[in-house]
Amino acid sequence: MRRKRILSGLAKLAAAVAVVAAGAAQAADTIKVGVLHSLSGTMAISETTLKDTVLMLIEEQNKKGGLLGKKLEPVVVDPASNWPLFAEKAEQLLVKDKVAVVFGCWTSVSRKSVLPVFEKHNGLLFYPVQYEGEESSRNVFYTGAAPNQQAIPAVDYLMNEVGVERWVLAGTDYVYPRTTNKILEAYLKSKGVKQEDIMINYTPFGHSDWQRIVADIKRFGSAGKKTAVVSTINGDANVPFYKELANQKISAEDIPVVAFSVGEEELSGIDTKPLVGHLAAWNYFMSVDTPANAEFIKKWHTFIKNPKRVTNDPMEAHYIGFNMWVKAVEKAGTTDVDKVIDAIIGVEVPNLTGGVAKMLPNHHITKPVLIGEVRADGQFDVVWQTDGLVPGDAWSDYLEGSKDIEADWVTLKCGNYNTKTKKCSGQNYE
Amino acid sequence: MTKENTWIVCMRTVIVTVLYALAMLRAADALAADAAADDTFSQTVATLASTNFKVKERAVEALAQQRHPNTRAVLSALLDGTLYFRKSDQQVFIAEAKEDGLALTDPLTLQAAGSAPASELTRITTNNQLRKQIKGVLASFALTDPNAEVRLAAVREMMRSLDRESAEILRQRIEEESNDAVRRAMRSAVALADLDSSDVEVRLAAIETLRDDLSPEVFNRLSALLERNADGEYVEPDEKVRAAALAAVNSIKSWRNFYASIETLFFGLSLGSVLVLAAIGLAITFGVMGVINMAHGELIMLGAYTTYVIQQAMPSYIEASVLIAIPMAFLVSGSVGVLIERGIVRFLYGRPLETLLATFGVSLVLQQVVRDLFTANNRPVETPSWMAGSLQINEALSLTYNRLYVVVFMLAVFALLVIVLKRTRLGLQVRAVSMNRSMAKAMGVRTEWVDALTFGLGSGIAGVAGVALSQLTNVGPNLGQSYIIDSFMVVVFGGVGNLWGTLIGGMSLGVVNQMLEPHAGAVLAKIFVLIALILFIQRRPRGLFPQKGRAAEA
Amino acid sequence: MNTQSLPSLLFGDRGTKVFFGVLLAALVLVPILHLAVPADSGLHLSGYTMTLLGKYMTYALLAIAVDLVWGYCGILSLGHAAFFALGGYAMGMYLMRQIGPRGVYGHPVLPDFMVFLNWTELPWFWHGFDMFWFAALMVVIVPGALAFVFGWLAFRSRVTGVYLSIITQALTYALMLAFFRNDMGFGGNNGLTDFKEILGFDINAPGTRVALFIASGIALALGYLACAYITRSRAGRVIQAVRDAESRARFLGYRIESYKLWVFTFSAVLAGIAGALYVPQVGIINPSEFQPINSIEVVIWVAVGGRGTLYGAVAGAVLVNYAKTYFTAALPEFWLYALGALFVIVTLFMPRGVVGLADRFAKKEPQVAEAVTA
Repeated sequence: MRRKRILSGLAKLAAAVAVVAAGAAQAADTIKVGVLHSLSGTMAISETTLKDTVLMLIEEQNKKGGLLGKKLEPVVVDPASNWPLFAEKAEQLLVKDKVAVVFGCWTSVSRKSVLPVFEKHNGLLFYPVQYEGEESSRNVFYTGAAPNQQAIPAVDYLMNEVGVERWVLAGTDYVYPRTTNKILEAYLKSKGVKQEDIMINYTPFGHSDWQRIVADIKRFGSAGKKTAVVSTINGDANVPFYKELANQKISAEDIPVVAFSVGEEELSGIDTKPLVGHLAAWNYFMSVDTPANAEFIKKWHTFIKNPKRVTNDPMEAHYIGFNMWVKAVEKAGTTDVDKVIDAIIGVEVPNLTGGVAKMLPNHHITKPVLIGEVRADGQFDVVWQTDGLVPGDAWSDYLEGSKDIEADWVTLKCGNYNTKTKKCSGQNYE
Repeated sequence: MTKENTWIVCMRTVIVTVLYALAMLRAADALAADAAADDTFSQTVATLASTNFKVKERAVEALAQQRHPNTRAVLSALLDGTLYFRKSDQQVFIAEAKEDGLALTDPLTLQAAGSAPASELTRITTNNQLRKQIKGVLASFALTDPNAEVRLAAVREMMRSLDRESAEILRQRIEEESNDAVRRAMRSAVALADLDSSDVEVRLAAIETLRDDLSPEVFNRLSALLERNADGEYVEPDEKVRAAALAAVNSIKSWRNFYASIETLFFGLSLGSVLVLAAIGLAITFGVMGVINMAHGELIMLGAYTTYVIQQAMPSYIEASVLIAIPMAFLVSGSVGVLIERGIVRFLYGRPLETLLATFGVSLVLQQVVRDLFTANNRPVETPSWMAGSLQINEALSLTYNRLYVVVFMLAVFALLVIVLKRTRLGLQVRAVSMNRSMAKAMGVRTEWVDALTFGLGSGIAGVAGVALSQLTNVGPNLGQSYIIDSFMVVVFGGVGNLWGTLIGGMSLGVVNQMLEPHAGAVLAKIFVLIALILFIQRRPRGLFPQKGRAAEA
Repeated sequence: MNTQSLPSLLFGDRGTKVFFGVLLAALVLVPILHLAVPADSGLHLSGYTMTLLGKYMTYALLAIAVDLVWGYCGILSLGHAAFFALGGYAMGMYLMRQIGPRGVYGHPVLPDFMVFLNWTELPWFWHGFDMFWFAALMVVIVPGALAFVFGWLAFRSRVTGVYLSIITQALTYALMLAFFRNDMGFGGNNGLTDFKEILGFDINAPGTRVALFIASGIALALGYLACAYITRSRAGRVIQAVRDAESRARFLGYRIESYKLWVFTFSAVLAGIAGALYVPQVGIINPSEFQPINSIEVVIWVAVGGRGTLYGAVAGAVLVNYAKTYFTAALPEFWLYALGALFVIVTLFMPRGVVGLADRFAKKEPQVAEAVTA
C-alpha cells in the first residue's frame, strides 16, 4: 500500500516531466520562429496584436516559399504578463524548442528578464517597442524607437514649431518614463530652459484620480509662457487623464499633450473626443498614405478577418524586424545565430512610411519621426516629420552615466564600450 | 531742369494717374469693388489647400483682415474639419458627409455645388496653432453674438492674445454691451492694454480696475510690472504704479490661495464620493450580512459595462444613456448578486473566510467572462455633454461637472439606501436578520429570502457605482480590482455595519488623501493613508463607529 | 509514542512519508538526469525543467508557511507573498552587489539602475548586502521583524478573522506601491535582475543551478520538519485550540497573543527563505510579487491541497502551479475559469482539499479534526 503510493507519486512526477518535455521532439525540416508575447494578463491588450502580426508575417513568408527552402513554423508561448515567466518561457523556446529567432516582449522589465537567458543560450531576440535605451545586447535587435528617435524630435517640434517655453514632464513611475524624462530634462537645460520652467510628475500604474495633477498643470501653464505636457503616461492611466484635462477646459490649443505611449490601438478603446488635437510622436501612423502601408493594412485586415482593426507603430517594428531577419538569413545562407548576427548589420528593408530602415552596428535601426494630432476617429493627422531618417542611439548623449558609452558590434564588438576608460563592461559571456 | 524737378514731375504724373484710376474705380459699379473683394477672397481661400501649415496660417490672417462676409463660414468649416479641396483641381469646398459621398457648398456663394464621392476630395487639416488662430479670429466676430456667454468667451479669448487693435475693438463695444459680466471682462481687457500707456494716471487706473480680476493673464501681467530687467532696473519706472501693482498682486494671491484650498476640499470630497460609492454596496453585504464579497469589484465592473452596452444599443441617445444605465446596472449587478448568493454564499454563512475565497473565485470567472464577451481591451464609454466641462465659479475656481454630479449622485444613493433600510419593511427585516438570525426566523421572517434580497441590493448598488465610474475611468476587465481594496478599507475604517460610518470614513479618506497629495505625491499619499489605516485598525479594530449590541459579536 | 523524535516526524503519517519519499527521489534523480545523462538521451532532464521544479519547491515552502498560520492557527493571512518578496529582495540585493563593476556602466559600486537615474552614492540600506552572511541574515530578519511588529500590533488589539485578512492585504498592497516607486531605491517596476554570480559561482552554470535546486529541496525538507515539530509540540496544540475556539483557549489561561505572534513571525521567516531561494532561480525580483492576488493564490494552493496538513499544502502548491504552467501555455483563456472554479469547488465541496479527498477514498479516519473552519 505504502510503496504503491510512493510509486504513484513518482509516476506523477515523471508524467509531469514528460509533458513539459513533449514540445522538444519535432521534425527538423522547418525553421522555428518563437513568439514571446503575453496572451493573458495585463499586457495581453497590447501584445496579442503583435503575436498576430508575427503569425501573419510568417504566413506571408511561407506563401512566398518559405526561407532557405524550408517552411517557417511559429512556436507561440504565453508568458502571461508575468516577468519571471518571461525568462522561463524564453528558456523553453531556446532550449526545448530550439527556435532560430524570437520575436517578443513589450515592457522593459520583460526584456530585462529574458536578456540573461538570450545571452546565455546565444539566442536572437527582436524587440519591437519604443524604449528608454541604455542597452545594447549582442543577442537583441531593437526595432522600436530609442529616446532620440521619439522623445527628442517631439520636443524639438514643440520648441521650434509651437514655441513652447514651459514643460511638464508627466509619466508613470517606471523605468521608461524615468529615463526619458531624465534625458529630456538634460536636453531642455542644454537648450537654455530654466529649472523653474520644468515640472516633473510621476504617478503609479493605472492612476485614475487626476484632479490635483491636472489642476497643477493648469496653474503651471497659466504663467504666461506657452506650455506643453510631454506624457509618458502608460496605458490605462491615460483615459482619466485626458478626460480630466477636457473637463478642466484645457484644450490642445492651450496646453498640448504629446504622448509617447498612445497609439491607434490604445485610442480604439477610448472615447477620443477629449483627446482631439493632442499629439503623439511615433515612427509610424496608420494614416500615412503610402502604397506599402495600404498593402500592409489590407493584408492585416484579411489575416485578422476584421476590417476595423487598426495597425500601430510596434506592428511596423515587427514588420521591419522580420524582414531584416529574413534578408540576413538569406544573406548568411543559414539560420545560425552567430552568422545571422554578423550578416544583419547594414541590411536595409523598406519601412511602411516610404523610407528605408537600416540595421546599425549598435543593433538599433534608422527611423523617421512623425508627429501626429489625434483626430476624432481615433487616427492621427501627421503635422510634422523629420527631414530624413534618424539613426537609433543606444546610449543617450544627455545622461551623465551613458554619454561616454558606445555600442558597436562590428568594430568594437561591444554593446557598452566606455570611450574614456577604453573598457567593455557588463558582458555575460566571453 | 534739375534732377529733383524731374523727379517731382514724374511723381506728379504718377499721382495724377493713380487718382484718375481711383476716381474711375469709384465711379464704376459697386459690384466691381465687390467682385474684386470676392476675387481676393477666393484666391486666399484657395491657398488653404496647401499642405504647409505656415501658408495656411498666412491665409487665415489674410481672411481675417479682408473681413469678407463669408470669412466666418469658411473659418468655422475649417475649424470643424468640413473644409475640403478637390484633388483634381485644388478647388476648395465646404463639404458635408452624406450617405453617397460629400455634399459640396461653394465657399464664395454659400450655394450648393453638387456632390462628389469622398475619395475625390481631401480634407484640409488644421493643427493646434492654426485652430487657436482661427478661434481668435472667430472670437472677434462673436462679440456681436446675441448670447452673452458666447460674447464672454469671445472676450476671454481675445484677452489671451491681446493687441492694440483688439483692445480698440473692445473699448468701442464696452458702452454697447448690456451684460455686466461681459462688460467687466471687457474693462479688464482694456485695462490690460492700458498698462502699456505712457500716462502714469492711466496705468494706475488700470491697476485699480484689474485688482479684482483673478484671471491668470491679469496676474501674470501685474507680476511682470514688478520684475527687473537685465540691468537691474524695474520694468515699471513709476514707484506709485509699482506699489499699486504689488498691492493688487498680493490681494489676488491671497484670493487664489483661498480658492485653491476650496478646490482641494472639493477634490477630496469628489474622491471620497467615489470611494463611498464603491464601498457602500460592500457596507451592506459585508457590514450588514457579514459576507466578504471579493467579487464586489467585478459587480462594479458589470455596472460600467452595462453603461457601455446601453450606449451601443442606442447610439442616438447618448445624453440619456447614463440615466437609463442606472436602473439597468442595478438590475444586472443585482441579479448576478442574487445568483452568487443563492449559488454559493448561502452554503457558507458563518464561515467568512471561505466566503472570501469562493467569491474571489467568482471574481476571476466574471473577469474572464467579460474578457471573452468584450475582449481584453478597454471599452469606450462616452460622456454625455451635460456631464462634460466645468462650472466656472470665477477665474480662479472651477468645479468639473462630472465630479460634481458624482458627489450629488453619491448623496442621493446614500439617502435612498438609508430610507430603504430604515423606513421599509424589507429594511426592517434586513436589520432584524443581521441582529439575530434565529430570532428573526422564529418571528416569521423568511431569512433566506431576506438574505438573497439584501445581497442583491448590495450588489445592485455596486452596479450603480459602476455607472458613475464609467464616467471617470477606464471600462475594462480590471476595473473592479482597482477598487476592491480601497472599498474594504473604507468599510472597515468606518465601522462594519454602519452606513454613516462608511460615508464619513470614505469622505475623510478622500479629503486626507487629497490634502497629502500636493506635499507627498500621489503614491506616497496613498501609502501613508494605507499605513495610517492599518495602524488605526490596530487601535480600534471595530472602526470609527463600532456596531453596538449583540451583532458586534458575530 | 514519542511524537517528537526525528523518525516519528519523518514517518508520522502516510502523507508525510509520501512527501519525503518523493522529495528524496527528486533530489537524487533530477541532478543525475540533468548532469550525468547526455543531452541527446531521452532521459535527459533539461536545466529548464529542473529550474521549474526548483521553483515549485520554493512555492511549496511558501505554502507550508501559509498552512502553518491558516491551517493550524486559523489566521488567514492575505499578505504572505509580501514576506516572500521581501526575502527575495534581500537576496536580490546581494546578487546585485555581486555584479560589482561588471554592470553595463562599469560603475564599481552602484547597480545599473541607480547609475542611469543619476544616483551618486549607494543608499544606506544597500550597505552590507555585498556580504552573503549579511544578506542571508536579512532574508530572515526583514520579513521576521515586519511580521513581528505587525503581529504584535494586530494580535494585541485582538484584530481577528476577516479584519486581519483585510489589513494583511492592505499591507502587501502598500508595500507593492512603495516598491514600485523608483525613488525607493529598489529598481522600481523593473526590480532587480541581470544577476551574474552567487557566492562566486556563475549563476547560470549548470552546477550552480543544481546546487540551488538541492538547496531548495533541503530548505523545503527542513521547513517541513520544523513545522511538523511545532504543530505536534505543546505549543502546537495550543495553536490549534486557538484556531478551533479562540475565546475558550483564552479563558483557559493561555496567552494566545504570544502564541499567534510567534507562529506568525516564524511563518513569515519561512516565506522569506522561500523567496530568497526563488529569486536566484528565476533571475528576477520585482514589485509585482507583492500583488495582493499572489497572496490569495498561495492561500488557494493550500486550500486545494488540504489545509491543516503540511503535505496537503505541498501537494496543492505543486498541483496548482503545474496546472498553471501547463494551461497558460495550452489554453490561456481557460486558466482563469479553471482557477475560479477551483476556488468555488474547493471551498464548497472539498473543505479538506485533495488530500482529504484521497483520505476519504482510502476510507481512512481523518487525522486532523474536521473543525478546520475559522
